Amino acid sequence: MVKLIYTMDILSLFVIVPLIIVLILTFFGKNLKQARLITAIGMGIQFAMSINLIFAYLKERTVNTDLMVFTKDVLWYETFNIHYSIGVDAISVVMIALTSVVLFAGVFISWKIDDLPKEFFISLIALSSGVFGFFISTDLFTMFVFYEIAVIPMYLLIGIWGSGPKENSAMKLTLMLMGASAVLSVGILGIYFNSNADGGALTFNIFEIAQVNIPEAAQNIFFPMVFIGFAVIGALFPFHTWSPSGHASAPTAVSMLHAGVLMKLGGYGVFRIAMYLLPVGALNWSDFFLVLSGFGVIYGAFGAVMQKDLKYVNAYASVSHLSLVLFALLMFNKTAWTGAIIQSLSHGLLTAMFFALIGMVYGRTHTREISKLGGIMKILPFIGAIYVITGLAYLGLPGFSGFVAEMTIFVGAFQHPDLFHRILTIVVVSSIVVTAVYILRMVGKIMMGPLSNEDYKDLPKATWFEKTGLILLLIPVIMIGVLPLGLSEMLKESIQPFLERLL
Amino acid sequence: MNLESFLLMRSEIGLLAILLLLIIFEIFSNKKQKAAVIPFALILLAINTVLGFLPLESGELFGGMFRTNALLYFFKTTLSLGVLILLLQSADWLKEKVVDENKASEFFMLIISSLLGTYFMISAGDFLMFYIGLELTTLPVAALVAYDTYKRISAEGAVKYILSSALASGAALFGISLLYATTGTIYFESMAEILTSSNLSILGFIFFFSGLAFKISLAPFHFWTADVYEGAPINVASYLSVISKGAAVVILMILLFTVFKPLMPVWNKIIYVVIIATMFIGNLFAIRQQNLKRFLAYSSIAQAGFILLGLMSVDQLGTATIVYFVAVYIFSNLGAFGVVQAVSSFSDKENINDYEGLYRTNPKLSLLMMLALFSLAGIPPLAGFFGKFFLYTAAASKGYYILVFIAVVNATISLYYYLLVVRAMFLRKNEQAIPYFKSPFYMRLGLILAAIGILVAGVYSPIYDYIFSISNTFLN
Repeated sequence: MVKLIYTMDILSLFVIVPLIIVLILTFFGKNLKQARLITAIGMGIQFAMSINLIFAYLKERTVNTDLMVFTKDVLWYETFNIHYSIGVDAISVVMIALTSVVLFAGVFISWKIDDLPKEFFISLIALSSGVFGFFISTDLFTMFVFYEIAVIPMYLLIGIWGSGPKENSAMKLTLMLMGASAVLSVGILGIYFNSNADGGALTFNIFEIAQVNIPEAAQNIFFPMVFIGFAVIGALFPFHTWSPSGHASAPTAVSMLHAGVLMKLGGYGVFRIAMYLLPVGALNWSDFFLVLSGFGVIYGAFGAVMQKDLKYVNAYASVSHLSLVLFALLMFNKTAWTGAIIQSLSHGLLTAMFFALIGMVYGRTHTREISKLGGIMKILPFIGAIYVITGLAYLGLPGFSGFVAEMTIFVGAFQHPDLFHRILTIVVVSSIVVTAVYILRMVGKIMMGPLSNEDYKDLPKATWFEKTGLILLLIPVIMIGVLPLGLSEMLKESIQPFLERLL
Repeated sequence: MNLESFLLMRSEIGLLAILLLLIIFEIFSNKKQKAAVIPFALILLAINTVLGFLPLESGELFGGMFRTNALLYFFKTTLSLGVLILLLQSADWLKEKVVDENKASEFFMLIISSLLGTYFMISAGDFLMFYIGLELTTLPVAALVAYDTYKRISAEGAVKYILSSALASGAALFGISLLYATTGTIYFESMAEILTSSNLSILGFIFFFSGLAFKISLAPFHFWTADVYEGAPINVASYLSVISKGAAVVILMILLFTVFKPLMPVWNKIIYVVIIATMFIGNLFAIRQQNLKRFLAYSSIAQAGFILLGLMSVDQLGTATIVYFVAVYIFSNLGAFGVVQAVSSFSDKENINDYEGLYRTNPKLSLLMMLALFSLAGIPPLAGFFGKFFLYTAAASKGYYILVFIAVVNATISLYYYLLVVRAMFLRKNEQAIPYFKSPFYMRLGLILAAIGILVAGVYSPIYDYIFSISNTFLN
């Protein structure tokens, strides 16, 4: 066994290790303590692996100039030319790092799941192995398999451990996401059967398909399918409706993971598959989807202003910020794309922090209504302070990741000289103001405002595991904010070949 | 013709031997020994199934009436494995309820004769053999549906089944006679050469097709399905939805791809419409079902619609995918029916509501049920996902993207009702949940075999690649 793991490549381990943890959990996770200990250790290993991957990647990059590094290719289904082929570039590396940070923090945040703890952690880990697999695959079919593996555990996670109208939210989320992936599967088949347009063999391999000039008619048909298939999970308006109710009903760690990581699969898939493999379709459809995603940014921001429940505020804020990612991707230039990826990272970390903090406040006060909360800062200084920091980072204060991301996106978006893009950009930029409204109002009311309820005076302080989880997430937020240059250089290098397809 | 060439019929001869041994056992056993028929029959069938994995040459017998090749042989072995799992799952029901009434060995005999009928139907080289096989498949099942003689609903189901089957067989036979009138032959091979698209031959085909469509319960010939499944004992319903339907689909495919290939422009359109109707009717009716047997009946109607997607590509890909999907479907459906059987024989409960809170009392059964339903819904990494995706691929390979789109919409609808069962088992809490129980040995073995099939048949790609490599043999 040890030898097997040793000879495995560095990437497949990201899929194998979760499976091993699931097996260990199945047999030894008898109660909450054992289950969370096993999961914490397992996710710790995962986290260490992803840190290791970043350094290994940087080292490999100095000697290897290929598009993807650490590649491996194993024939899976001979008949359809399906391969288990994997590889990473800078974009997948940072996404993997994001996933493992959020997961690791999520384990600490869900330290006290008392109902069916073993099953909770198993579902969480199964989901994570799907996400990791998705980020490392370079084969359409394999990627699609991992994508669905990442989505389906959500049903159980929200349905069993959620709150409020959890059954309906879980069903709505699952059906919308699986419906989207069904549409995606038609798009994938369309790409597959056009992958021999230049006379080669049919293939699912992304980089082989990228060499082929798929006919424009086919691109125009299949681009929207693939785009929408991925963009539904990236909260594209009007397909975002699963997201607010799903996030509101999900337990804390699941909201974190879902908003922080799972929704990023959408942007990543659009970038890696829809735009890379169907560039002509992307250019033809870009204006339509730009309007939709631009509208999503504004709509999400105003939606967040109107909400009374903390989780709904954050869910709508996520719709707004993730539509911004799609908006940036549809701008087709290097700066905007770098911004889109940094925004994915930044939003992933910040929204995970927000959901964690909301979970902590809710766990103590048993309410998420803004009107009933107030003066938390005085009673829970640690949680309050982090809440304020997260809020400020979220609305784009310089020095944190949010600023870097939004600034880069808007600079990139404004580079388009034509009127349509400029006006759209100006409209979308105005969402920053709306963001400030809901964040500042929320922070001001529940943290700084007068104490709303005398009972809150005895609320327990933040525990060590809660602090650990939050600090784990805060460190990269500040790192990106203070030293963005290294990250954006690393990303730009990997973005270049993808951009060239479109120009 | 020498003795060795008879070995081409090895699987049929094996089943015949089992039948004879069962009769001998029945004659020479006294009342106390009757229960021993269960392990006896199971072991015999297991041996026959294992022997089925030995390779067999292709060839013909009786002047082309009977033919066999690698693909047909593989499919027969799969069916035999399915029947073995099914009998394992019903062994305890037999032991508790049927042995006392002194009808246990008849149960085995009827099931095995019906299986023998499907074997002959699959291997048929002309319409005569085909028709004999069809009748041999149908008649024993009619007796089986009525096995709970004193339940009114069971008798009602049996009457419905026998009437609709008689009608279906009649329609098929009428179709055959019209085809004979146009071509003057009943041999598949020579008919494929002579058959041309004329009004009479199309009419013959349509009658024939509707006869088979009854067996597969395609819309609009599906009306008997839910009532018969509900009335029949669970394992008989399982047999109908798994073995009988799976075999009929494969036979339909063989005939369409060989004999009726000249009529392809005609049947292509018919199948196109039938696929859409079957999927929508199966799915939309399944949503409203409370009784799990009826639920699985409609779900299997919808599944039949999916299977037919493979018919749209008239080539090796479609052949391989249909055979593969039927194999996968056998495992998934047997998993689901097995759990229903286990729960029902412990508590007599068959409604979805009764399953509320099942996970907290019987985690393993619920888990298996979830795996089976997810496999039917097509969720990776379970076998059903690969089966469905390859069916889409087969249809898309000929450019039927709109049909594939309708199919994926239906897959999403079907996910909804499969999740309803998962919701009852996992999400709900229930004070009066079915208490913990330990299934007897045979049942557990049957369930484990089904679970292995669900988990392995998809991820382990050589199975599909093997089927694909042998599908070639049959088209030529």
